[in-house]
Amino acid sequence: MIGTLIVFYILAAVIVVSSVLAVTSRRMLRAATFLLLVLISTAGLYLLLNYHFLAVVQLSVYAGGILILFIFAILLTSSRGDRTEAHDRQRMVWGIVTVVAGIGITTWVTLKHKFLYSDNPTIAGDQQIPVSRIGHALMGTDKYEYLLSFEALSILLLACMLGGILIARKR
Amino acid sequence: MEWLRFNDTLHIDLGILLDPLSVMMLTVVGVVALMVVVFSIGYMKGERGFGRYFGLLGLFVFSMLGLVVATNIFQMYIFWELVGASSYLLIGFYYTRPAAVKASQKAFIVTRFADLGFLIGILILSSYTGTFDFAALTADNAAIAVGPQANWAMALIFMGAAGKSAMFPLHIWLPDAMEGPTPVSALIHAATMVVAGVYLIARMFPVFQFAAPDVLVLITYVGAFTALFAAVIAITQTDIKRVLAFSTISQIAYMMVALGVADVAASTFHLFTHAFFKALLFLGAGAVIHAVHSNEMSRMGGLRKFMPITHITFLIACLSISGIPPFSGFFSKDEILVAAFHHNPVVFGVLLLVAGLTAFYMFRLYFRIFWGAHHYDRPPHEAPPIMTIPLIVLAVLTCVTGFVVPVHIDWAIASAGVVAAVIGIVVAWRFYAKPSDAPARLAARWAGFGQAASHRFYIDEAWLWVTRRIIFGGISRPVAWFDRHIVDGAMNAIGSGTVRVSETIEPVQGGKVQSYAILFVLSVLLITLLVFVLC
Amino acid sequence: MIPMSHYLIVSSIMFFVGVYGFIARKNLLAVLISIELILNSVEINFSVFNRYLYPDHLEGMFFSLFGIAISAAETAVAIAIIINIYRVAGNIDVRHIDKLKH
Repeated sequence: MIGTLIVFYILAAVIVVSSVLAVTSRRMLRAATFLLLVLISTAGLYLLLNYHFLAVVQLSVYAGGILILFIFAILLTSSRGDRTEAHDRQRMVWGIVTVVAGIGITTWVTLKHKFLYSDNPTIAGDQQIPVSRIGHALMGTDKYEYLLSFEALSILLLACMLGGILIARKR
Repeated sequence: MEWLRFNDTLHIDLGILLDPLSVMMLTVVGVVALMVVVFSIGYMKGERGFGRYFGLLGLFVFSMLGLVVATNIFQMYIFWELVGASSYLLIGFYYTRPAAVKASQKAFIVTRFADLGFLIGILILSSYTGTFDFAALTADNAAIAVGPQANWAMALIFMGAAGKSAMFPLHIWLPDAMEGPTPVSALIHAATMVVAGVYLIARMFPVFQFAAPDVLVLITYVGAFTALFAAVIAITQTDIKRVLAFSTISQIAYMMVALGVADVAASTFHLFTHAFFKALLFLGAGAVIHAVHSNEMSRMGGLRKFMPITHITFLIACLSISGIPPFSGFFSKDEILVAAFHHNPVVFGVLLLVAGLTAFYMFRLYFRIFWGAHHYDRPPHEAPPIMTIPLIVLAVLTCVTGFVVPVHIDWAIASAGVVAAVIGIVVAWRFYAKPSDAPARLAARWAGFGQAASHRFYIDEAWLWVTRRIIFGGISRPVAWFDRHIVDGAMNAIGSGTVRVSETIEPVQGGKVQSYAILFVLSVLLITLLVFVLC
Repeated sequence: MIPMSHYLIVSSIMFFVGVYGFIARKNLLAVLISIELILNSVEINFSVFNRYLYPDHLEGMFFSLFGIAISAAETAVAIAIIINIYRVAGNIDVRHIDKLKH
């Protein structure tokens, strides 16, 4: 039990540090790398939550697909080295104010709020969700089943693919 | 036909009134308009706005005929305004020339000012008589109109008539109106529109006679003064159309005098004959201007060799306006002189003097245009037949209209008028037919007077002073100040306040998505905070 | 057992770091990375709520799943647009792109 706790805190620390570095790093490739670390740690969190399938999807789609896209884009667009601009001081101040206020408020709200089943006993143990159940839910049409969303998403992806090709092709 | 009904007695109708007076006017307007339209085809050929010109002319003739056949004073007022509006448009026909635009505005404003009096007069009159109808107003020696307000009402109506007919001191628009095309001057500012005032007074004459005799006296003196005044100015003008304009003022004043001395027949007779010979004069002047492309007498001379038909017809018209028998002007003028003689010897003397002056300035015009010598770069040519035929027709009418109405001629007075005219003609011949330094010497002796007369006795300046100083300075400026600073100020404050607010918040929508994000996130946080603090 | 609030705090930190990046960065790709962080934190929240509050259901997990797919689609289009902008404008600085057309 203490092991999962330690793993969680390690993952949390990695997420926090890497995300901060991802948005502050002035080299875009480094930023992308830190983003990769964040995404992988998030997959770790999903594993801790026993959402194994989600963790796999996170790794393959995010860390595998999207990040590759990012790296391609970075390499394509940073001709004069990937070192980017100096930060705008005024905007940084505003951002920090917003972020500090935001984190403060959400943390306070999270700690103060009494969630209905927050000490739900069923959380203990490893109710791993079988992939067959996920598959049935994805392909089903009953309540809590998501065929329509699934199909809509597939069309959306197709549209995005076409759109991406159209927008980015050379004229 | 009943149109607007206020109560049982007071209602505004539209209708057609035919009686000897209106039929006479219809004849005049119809014939002169026909001649002018025919003449215009030649005169306006190749001008810009050919179609617009005839459209406006048609509008004018329509409104004039509507005015003539009006059965009640309100219908007349409507057409009266229409006539004014179409006259405005026609004077400003050459709207690219600033002088024409100014002249049209002046004509419009002056006549509007007079029409204000007319309208008030109509309202006063109808408020206590309870009718607009001419027949009802004039029935039984205008018994219905007799009352304490009658003098005021009729004086105000006379003001409207004076504005339209260019009586002193509202005459200032007519000379400037000569900026319009010359056939328009012939139609509107000689034969038809300017006599609308005379027609109005003739139409309501019983009311004047029985309800407001004092106003008739006023009309007499205003008419006599205007006749003399305009004749004197006409002598000094060098622009031929302006000479004709002042001559028109003078002749209409003649008609007014005839009305004032209670001889409607003489007045309308003079109106009738004057319309033809004055239209003839204007069209002749139009032909001359068309030939030499100038309004100035100094640019003309010796034209009788080049333009024989114009010359003959113009001569006939001059003889007629001077009152030489057997042309029509003789008969009608004689009638007026007789009436004036029996009424008031002073007025008669003035009219006799004016008759002499009229002959003088008309023949001065005639001799300077058609006699003498002048060198032309391009020899002028006779006008085309489409322009000369109307001239001939009008000349024939000028010769014969004197015999249309059988009149009894008082030869003693008539001969006095003829003698005055002949003296005027002879003096003009002495001065202008041959090169002579007599005019210059005379002008030198009367320098101040001549100067004043050629500046039209500074009446325009006086009006300008009145309008500038008193109306603009005393009334308009405070009103304008109030409007600009209080009313506009409030509006501007609202406007600029909005502008300032939007300028202040404009950076918020600078198209920078990141600024939006800051505001968005902060706002959401604020809402969250509020929800959780308050709940 | 890890308290639920810890997950939430981690994800909210990630969220606001993403917001900071969105606000303060000028590079369009950096902005896009920030957006990915934000989306990612939202997906964590979905899963956490699902697991802790309604363990018998799968809605939260499916929302995360769809969110991942949608963010993939969004990223693809966004990167296509960014590359296009780079081709037209020569850089991918947010500040220079405040006009929708030119």
